[in-house]
Amino acid sequence: MLEKALIGSKRYWLWIGALLVVIGIAFIQYLHQFSYGLGITGLSRDVSWGLYIGQFTFLVGVAASAVMLVIPYYLHDFKKFGKIVILGEFLAVSAVTMCVLFIFVDMGQPMRIMNVVLHPTPNSIMFWDFIVLTGYLVLNIVIGWTTLGADRKGVHPPQWVKPLIYLSVPWAVSIHTVTAFLYAGIPGRHFWLTAIMAARFLASAFAGGPALLIILSLLVRKLTKFDPGAEPIQALGKIVTYAMFANVFFLGLEFFTAFYSNIPGHMAPIEYLYTGFEGHGKLVSIMWTSSILAVLSLTLLVFPALRRNENILAVACVSMFVSLWIDKGFGLIVGGFVPNMFEGITEYWPTVPETIITIGVWAIGFLVLTVLYKVAVAVREEGGYHD
Amino acid sequence: MSINRRQFLRLAGVSTVLGVGGASVLSALTGKGEAVSQTTPHFTTDPRAITGKRWGFAIDVRKLKTDEDYQKCISACHDIHNVPDFGNPKDAVKWIWKDTYEHTFPTVTEDEIMNKELKEKPFILFCNHCAQPACVRVCPTKATYKRKDGIVMQDMHRCIGCRFCMAACPFGARSFNYRDPRGKDANGRPFIRKENKEFPTRMIGVVEKCTLCYERLAVGLLPACAEASNGAIVFGDLEDPNSEVRKVIDANYTIRRKPELGTQPSLYYVIGGRE
Amino acid sequence: MKNAGKVVIGVVIGFVIFFGFPFYYNIGKANVAPKLKYDTPAILQYEKQYGKKECVESKAFMSAEHMQLLNQWRDAVVRSGDRIYVNSRGESFHMSLQNTCLNCHSNKKEFCDKCHNYLAVNPYCFSCHIVPKEKQS
Repeated sequence: MLEKALIGSKRYWLWIGALLVVIGIAFIQYLHQFSYGLGITGLSRDVSWGLYIGQFTFLVGVAASAVMLVIPYYLHDFKKFGKIVILGEFLAVSAVTMCVLFIFVDMGQPMRIMNVVLHPTPNSIMFWDFIVLTGYLVLNIVIGWTTLGADRKGVHPPQWVKPLIYLSVPWAVSIHTVTAFLYAGIPGRHFWLTAIMAARFLASAFAGGPALLIILSLLVRKLTKFDPGAEPIQALGKIVTYAMFANVFFLGLEFFTAFYSNIPGHMAPIEYLYTGFEGHGKLVSIMWTSSILAVLSLTLLVFPALRRNENILAVACVSMFVSLWIDKGFGLIVGGFVPNMFEGITEYWPTVPETIITIGVWAIGFLVLTVLYKVAVAVREEGGYHD
Repeated sequence: MSINRRQFLRLAGVSTVLGVGGASVLSALTGKGEAVSQTTPHFTTDPRAITGKRWGFAIDVRKLKTDEDYQKCISACHDIHNVPDFGNPKDAVKWIWKDTYEHTFPTVTEDEIMNKELKEKPFILFCNHCAQPACVRVCPTKATYKRKDGIVMQDMHRCIGCRFCMAACPFGARSFNYRDPRGKDANGRPFIRKENKEFPTRMIGVVEKCTLCYERLAVGLLPACAEASNGAIVFGDLEDPNSEVRKVIDANYTIRRKPELGTQPSLYYVIGGRE
Repeated sequence: MKNAGKVVIGVVIGFVIFFGFPFYYNIGKANVAPKLKYDTPAILQYEKQYGKKECVESKAFMSAEHMQLLNQWRDAVVRSGDRIYVNSRGESFHMSLQNTCLNCHSNKKEFCDKCHNYLAVNPYCFSCHIVPKEKQS
């Protein structure tokens, strides 16, 4: 089926070419980082994780969100998702690919990555994250490729793929739970040490991921002859709305616990993020941007009449995606490190090379996504689909 | 087959300090015909090694009078361990350092009214070698691990540089090599001022920390900071009730950093009691 | 495909040209194993004293297995805290790349590098372990 990605319009090849150029530039920057060290980034002794790990965390959520299509379609027989469930699965493949790459570019000694396998350490959450992410990647490639292949031939997918699909449901929940455990089990980082972290992660994932999927579906409709259909998009819109409300509610719980208990260590990172702390406030403006976009998106989504207008829906989804991207892909990580372990402040802001490498990884993700969607769309355009 | 007593004595006599091992040991042993026999190769501990069940420290900063006294402890460690000085706080690597009372004990100092002497006296900090270390729990490769004598070790050969341990350590005891420690700054000054040829450096992209002078304990020497501290840093086995460190803890009021986190730090700071 | 046969032949030829490069590039070139030097002051001194040159284990073992031995030494010293290696002759040594191995083999360029370069391996030992200053360049 992959050969379908080799036939495309001029626009398609221009897009692929542009991505490759971005990837090339970022790769050169990565080589620089490889030789100079992570000192090239804005990371420091006090803020030892930043943009890379933030992007990783955010994208695990995007990957997990495929389950929001799989559950209704396969468990509740919600037929309308039949045509686009493949888009969710392939989005997951692309997102997990980016996750792996973000971990890789964040490592001080990337050539030793296999040490994680050579010296397996079950007490380390990172070890489990490695396992669940790899497993999830394989699951989605196998499921997506097999079901699409069957669709192309106009037959039912083979029986053996069914158990894998059911397995992928708890597996999707596991990848984001385990990723939340990376943070939620660390003593001394007040901002992260919260039992609701995994729930918050899942809520934001089930909002942000499907929001992206709506945007992608609208793009697919616009750019190709394949129409994912208005109804599944609206159904996704509902999922996004509920999930985002849950996410904002969970965030509110964090605020309550921190400020009503009045425990300084719990309040400090939130103060740093939203109001500035002891004169330091590099993140205040973007955190408020995130909050405003969240409110805007919810306002647009909560009224069905507004939501039904696809243009408004698109605006709401873009706002929400950006809002969550700032909150989870950046603020969440930095907030864990500021104030530091001595209640001192070291601020963090990504450098230019760090940003270019980050954009490069996204470009690789988009390249993978484009190729996979090209194949899926080509099959759909040929009319290949079997209920 | 173990090393016989005579060989051990010769070994101990010939190689005095760290590193004089090598050829001198070799010559001492092969000088005699009796040593040449077939043995199954094996590893063993140096007879001079100091051993214990759980190493710990009692630190009485009141005995560090001047800035120089502090600096002596810090240099003693950083010089022999080739700890680089990158010249900026962002990339800083430190195994042992000093900081204020408020930074050392952030969770117990939410008070503006406090003992002036305490408030102004710098404390000396290094890895707590916790009994329940969070860093060890999170490491995905066992590059950091707990030895049976309580040392929280860092195997820089195995470290992949993921920095999970830095996120996990509640005491900020860990540093990452953001740059090549063998490199030079813009003015051509090497980051490691003067190399100790008997100890390795680290390489780019690995995490490092205080290793409780495991290389010195192995040949019967005390930790460098304790040796240079003029009695302010007392080292010993916390599980031995007769050890010097236990005596200091028994006789004084001591506190530990962030005990509420349950990591069980092995550094006890003397706050009050007999001088 | 019409020209399938020609394509296959073309691919095979391309493959042979590309991947065969190292072989025909080196045809006729002398490819002699490097001669390692055992003439450091420490080794000569040892020979003068005991009338022979020997390492912690036999030469054959060392040239074939030194990397495994060093890995074992590393784990014993760093992870188990054992510092002494008792060899098959019953002699004891301090396990230390920097202080024991390089004490005799103080000529990394003429010893370690010669062979590592020949075999195109690039161990990262010396990124951390300090090499003695060498007189000859």
